[in-house]
Amino acid sequence: MEQEPLLLKGNEAVAYAAILCGCDGYFGYPITPQSEVLETLAALRPWETTGMVVVQSESEVASVNMLYGGGGCGKKVMTSSSSVGIALMQEGISYMAGAEVPCLIVNVQRGGPGLGTIQPSQADYLQATRGGGNGDYNLIVLAPNSVQEMADFVGLGFDLAFKYRTPVIMLADGVIGQMMEKVVLQPQQPRRTNEEIAKECPWASLGRSKERDINVITSLELQPEKMEERNIMLQKKYRSIEENEVRYELIGSENPDVAIIAFGCSSRISKKVVQIAAEEGIEIVLLRPITLWPFPKDAIRELSTKVKSMLVVENNAGQMFYDVQHAVEGHIPVEHYGRFGGIIPTPQEILDKIKTML
Amino acid sequence: MEKSEIINKGTLVYQKPTLMNDTPMHYCPGCSHGVVHKLIAEIIEEMGMEDKAIGISPVGCGVFIYKYIDIDWQEAAHGRAPALATAIKRLLPDRLVFTYQGDGDCAGIGTNETIHSLNRGENITIIYINNAIYGMTGGQMAPTTLLGQKTATCPYGREAQLNGFPLKLTEMVAQLEGTSYVTRQSVHNVAAIRKAKRALRHAFEVSMQGKGSCFVEIVSTCSSGWKLPPEKANKWMEENMFPYYKIGDLKDE
Repeated sequence: MEQEPLLLKGNEAVAYAAILCGCDGYFGYPITPQSEVLETLAALRPWETTGMVVVQSESEVASVNMLYGGGGCGKKVMTSSSSVGIALMQEGISYMAGAEVPCLIVNVQRGGPGLGTIQPSQADYLQATRGGGNGDYNLIVLAPNSVQEMADFVGLGFDLAFKYRTPVIMLADGVIGQMMEKVVLQPQQPRRTNEEIAKECPWASLGRSKERDINVITSLELQPEKMEERNIMLQKKYRSIEENEVRYELIGSENPDVAIIAFGCSSRISKKVVQIAAEEGIEIVLLRPITLWPFPKDAIRELSTKVKSMLVVENNAGQMFYDVQHAVEGHIPVEHYGRFGGIIPTPQEILDKIKTML
Repeated sequence: MEKSEIINKGTLVYQKPTLMNDTPMHYCPGCSHGVVHKLIAEIIEEMGMEDKAIGISPVGCGVFIYKYIDIDWQEAAHGRAPALATAIKRLLPDRLVFTYQGDGDCAGIGTNETIHSLNRGENITIIYINNAIYGMTGGQMAPTTLLGQKTATCPYGREAQLNGFPLKLTEMVAQLEGTSYVTRQSVHNVAAIRKAKRALRHAFEVSMQGKGSCFVEIVSTCSSGWKLPPEKANKWMEENMFPYYKIGDLKDE
């Protein structure tokens, strides 16, 4: 049955979607611009309906380690935070990557470095796509550009997290988190029972069972040969994710002169650039990576054979820019346009930049 | 004489708990960890909670407890075990959830997680091994190192002016509304081991009854870290640790 559309903030949509997709637990600490996630859950009281646990933790460090504990039991657990808090979580994220604990982490980015600003930013791209903590690992990184996607990527995030036993990051930003849009939510999914979890996640530490050996969730291995084996296994998994989970969207001209590569809020502004450019007779195509890791490098490489140049638009000093350059391998010029400190560029200033490239 | 002739039903007066496997322990001679491990295994078995127990191991000498006791485990980051325990117990309320942590883990890097999980009254037990030193990293000063005690990072003895005072974490957590049972025990002789076992069992029962958080400190030896043979380490503990870390229940509600 089609659900009635609601008018929600991106952050509120995350909270609704979490309950509806059968999430078992949310653990979070307030930080602007994402506190509405925890506030909405506290108001909706899902522990009285689906049984979903909601805990306001004492810190982001505690939040992420609550995910480690809950995810280690095979439960669907998530947190949300913003840049500064996500930086604090890196230790726990690395542990979860190492111990292969599934979970969902929503980063509604704000500007940095340091305490920075509460205004939107996209400056955590490199942190999210390179792992962020210690050791060799990657996270699946989903970049929503609408309130609808902030809702949809909660369920998708959990599906991917459990399919690959890995933490998944939803890399949103202060624009998408705070703006209100129409959103259609999925119908209520039941939470999995412990018996279902034991069957689907034979690795989960739910309490010993006579049918299996004991389960230990750990990232520790002191024997170098075994630790190398473990790393090779993780890398194999990451290659499989790169092969199967790349997502992107192409918008605009089929015979473009220039391509824009942009994600999140920058892709929304860039979509407008494609429209106003077309009115002036400038043919632009927008490639929007939906997964930032795995990165749609093959699609960008292919696109580089059809355009004269590329512009990477992102609200940072040039981070995805490196991935685009790497994908294009020097075949065409790649330029960057970014604003910082919570400044959101207008479509016109991006178009002006493109005109210098023609 | 064959082993089977010596150990048979008629002569057997004591055996190790079946939850303890035969993996050789990595602990040094005279270390308290092995005794506390055995007590935990015995109690879980006696309570019939083998399939319901989930332990969280620390970073420190106790990290490999999961290799010795055959229940499900999670190995936490340094100091974060109470956060894991919080989520596990909230998501699986019928499980026996406990953490096993040293003094660096529980009273140093993880103080925030310790205090807040106990203050929320999570129905978990924290087992806190206090040997007044960082054992695994080779004997550096811990938050609990006594004044005057020599370690690798206070080679002339801990000075209050330079290093502050040894932390009485157990006295602190006894003040929290969320804690139900708080005790300090030791395992240096048979009488103490029996008392410690009663305390641990009581803690597990209280946490399963949903009465709030339990905190069991075990004042322990670290022969290697203290650079004393096991017997002298026990004596040093009695003479120096017990006057500062007084044995007994602090709270039982």
